[in-house]
Amino acid sequence: MTIPKPESIRSILATDCGSTTTKAILIERRGEEYRLIVRGEAPTTVEAPFEDVTRGVLNAIMEVEELAGRKILDGEKIMTPQSGTQGVDLYISTSSAGGGLQMMVSGVVKSMTGESAQRAALGAGAIVMDVIASNDGRLPYQKIKRIRQLRPDMILLSGGVDGGTTSHVAEMAELLAAADPKARLGAGYELPVIYAGNKDARKIVEERLAHKTALKTTDNLRPVLERENLTPARDMIHDLFMEHVMAHAPGYRKLMTWSPVPIMPTPGAVGLIIETIAREESISVIGVDIGGATTDVFSVFQGVFNRTVSANLGMSYSVSNVLAEAGLPNILRWVPFEISEHDLRNRIKNKMIRPTTIPQTLEELIIEQAISREALRLAFEQHKMLAVGLKGVQQERTISDTFEQTASGETLVRLDHLDLLVGSGGVLSHAPRRAQAALMLLDAFLPEHVTELAVDSIFMMPQLGVLSTVHPKAAKEVFEKDCLIRLGSTVAPVGPGKEGVTALRATLEFPDGRRETLSIPYGYLKLVPVPEGQSVKAVLNPDRGLDLGAGKGREREVVLKGGVVGVIFDCRGRQPFTLPADRERRISKLAEWNEALDAYPVAVKV
Amino acid sequence: MAHSYTPGLKVSAFTALRRERKLPLAGTVLVSVGQPVQAETIVARTELPGNVQTVNAANILGVLPEDVPDCLVKPVGSPVKKGEAIAESRSFFGLFRSKVLSPTDGTLESVSTVTGQALLREPPIPVEVDAYVDGAVVEVHEKQGVTVETRGTFIQGIFGIGGETCGLLHVCVGGPAEALTEASLGSDVRGKVLVGGSHVTTRVLNRAIQLGVKAVVIGGFDDQDLREFLGYDLGVAITGSEEKGLTLVVTEGFGEIPMAGRTFELLKSCEGRKVSVSGATQIRAGVLRPEIVAPRLTEAIPPEVRAGGAEPEGLTVGSLIRAIREPYFGHLGKVVSLPPELVPLETEAKVRVLEVDFGDGQRTLLPRANVEMIES
Repeated sequence: MTIPKPESIRSILATDCGSTTTKAILIERRGEEYRLIVRGEAPTTVEAPFEDVTRGVLNAIMEVEELAGRKILDGEKIMTPQSGTQGVDLYISTSSAGGGLQMMVSGVVKSMTGESAQRAALGAGAIVMDVIASNDGRLPYQKIKRIRQLRPDMILLSGGVDGGTTSHVAEMAELLAAADPKARLGAGYELPVIYAGNKDARKIVEERLAHKTALKTTDNLRPVLERENLTPARDMIHDLFMEHVMAHAPGYRKLMTWSPVPIMPTPGAVGLIIETIAREESISVIGVDIGGATTDVFSVFQGVFNRTVSANLGMSYSVSNVLAEAGLPNILRWVPFEISEHDLRNRIKNKMIRPTTIPQTLEELIIEQAISREALRLAFEQHKMLAVGLKGVQQERTISDTFEQTASGETLVRLDHLDLLVGSGGVLSHAPRRAQAALMLLDAFLPEHVTELAVDSIFMMPQLGVLSTVHPKAAKEVFEKDCLIRLGSTVAPVGPGKEGVTALRATLEFPDGRRETLSIPYGYLKLVPVPEGQSVKAVLNPDRGLDLGAGKGREREVVLKGGVVGVIFDCRGRQPFTLPADRERRISKLAEWNEALDAYPVAVKV
Repeated sequence: MAHSYTPGLKVSAFTALRRERKLPLAGTVLVSVGQPVQAETIVARTELPGNVQTVNAANILGVLPEDVPDCLVKPVGSPVKKGEAIAESRSFFGLFRSKVLSPTDGTLESVSTVTGQALLREPPIPVEVDAYVDGAVVEVHEKQGVTVETRGTFIQGIFGIGGETCGLLHVCVGGPAEALTEASLGSDVRGKVLVGGSHVTTRVLNRAIQLGVKAVVIGGFDDQDLREFLGYDLGVAITGSEEKGLTLVVTEGFGEIPMAGRTFELLKSCEGRKVSVSGATQIRAGVLRPEIVAPRLTEAIPPEVRAGGAEPEGLTVGSLIRAIREPYFGHLGKVVSLPPELVPLETEAKVRVLEVDFGDGQRTLLPRANVEMIES
């Protein structure tokens, strides 16, 4: 099957097989531009009783057919190319079903090649189950036992700079060979192992692993200490994901024959889109995709892309793990009404065992959104820990400095430098009111100074990510016009303050020349409607202990972009942000903030 | 648009089913096709390679890694005893000897000339797989295991704890809405699979363990009890390897929920019979639900019942469903209509819905995502 020429493509059908839901979108060329026409979805069918991913894909496409009033399927086959008003010119897909791509990575020094290998795997869209390194503190037999237990889909072995010592790499290869690891899916195929370490050790690695695993070799991902070269390893992960892993997941062999474009792991596709926004607008971006099983965080700061996945933080399969990791009090702190621990615990577990259900009552919706704040917060904490720079790259230094600086890598993620925060995933994209999504993002990420907020309208970043590899124009047009919903800007002064005392004075100048002066007390939220596509000029004067990016108490002039929610002045405090300890005060404060943003249909009763 | 629905749990009075019994790695199959087996029959056996221990021989001997093979006193591949010398070196005109002693009983597997490490493999660990259910072998997977076919009553639960077991089934309560208490356990329960009604507590489960009960099947269970029972907060629903001394199968969900009438009646019809129970649950990636299998091998398979079952059908008017989310959680009813259009909920979300009669003659609107079909 060949990929049609971009200019000849009139219609595109794209699916994303998530762990819970399979989403299908139909894109058509209307005049000179590409637009989203409809979206359909159906439960993913990787699991029993179907055990065939294509069932869910067909169901989602059937829904697209019904909604668009257009025939796409001929029996159980997608009609390509488009003929008249039937069929489509291109079909593409991403997938994270069946637990996604689960990898184990290995390096020599945990914080150096180990970390680089981890970043390469994460960037390719994998879940990293463990990082095994010479200096990870485990005894050899413990490492071997661990490798055996894990049963990953793939292993990435790295270590050493080119031309360096080979003995540690050999040691890691020997451990792997001794463990004789087996692949997760299907006993009948050899586990793919990618070697991306010291090129001088290739032969040694081959001798030890080639007869026991499906070994592939690629360029060293850390050729010199000061530079990472992750792309070859990432590309190889994608290739092997298709060749080995996907081919053994139920129904994927069939699905792969439907598309001329390789199936991409969902997070890898979302990462592509986030990188593109950051590059084209020259801004710092954080993107988050909260799914049923996992939460992915992507960031681009100083031009460096990072992705992490929190494998067990999600809103359905992993919802109970959010409770286990965050603790009940942290979830309850976001719930603006009384609920017993006993009741909440049972509700969360019932969602875990029936992951595809949705909130029917307002109370249930608010609880789910409370849980999501904690899942997002925890995933972001994990991201900050891994998104660290290659230390001291641009500094003149001796080799001893290199080691010193490696031990103390600072996070690249700076909330005070963040320009755009994009949310994606069911709980954010499908929040009945966009203000709910804005508030979830604010509460979980606590952006500082001035930041723009956006959500993926109907959760189609994965499909657009894979589309961007074959038709960048169509991907960009749909992304800007139909996918990204700009919620508005937020202004959040940093520093401690006293409840009720004026924290910020702002003078706003609207496009029609109207001027408005605001005074917002500490501990309050204030929403100023500014529609999407419009901006206001603002002169911001924080109180003397507070900083908006120009220094404590210093005036700052900015342009604030509007959005479907508007401009949110968040004077609830940063560093620290605290919720009242007293239960009644906390509940009344939450209700007040919800009301300030008109987040829910009726005021939630205390 | 009947595509959005959750396939329900199987609750079947009589069905044929197959269970694959496979070794984790290649071994010996001990039974043949057509052979009748009991749940306890060992059908395949293998030996897992033992754990590996490493010794840095080059360091101990004070020689270069490439010289280690010359120092071996035991050839690679030979069996060794714990404390036995595997290599030695002499220095200072042969006056001082350094010895590398084996840290374990096992085999000297390899010696690396790059790292100077000696790898010792502990003795193999035997692994056996039993038939799990009474039935007959219908397929042999060479060196891997077998497929056992059985027929009888089959009930899936929603969530379980603990692995596979079997025993005689005993219903301890008068009805599906009655909780299982210490008093209702009775005394003659050793080795049995007990069926309760709506609820059980950790205290009762612990008492059941003391009495030698093999498994408990119950409608509902509280998460707080689950945490107490396991000793930790269960994060992801992947279970089956817990070693609590008892297997638990929850049929409805978390909370106090009467067991579905049909499930209860079917279990009651199995009173005194030998049943196989598994608590293994895996909701993510290849859904696995806990189950109770009560073989009835003397009865013939009706022609319409075939192993594997028919393709599940979607929701239709008349389908029996169970509500699986608040505010109607646990209610059973019948679908009366499937409106095609999206309908706004109290949350303002617009979703696909269905109308259901919970037996009160009223029509109640529910999101389609919040119901589960009751399948037989």
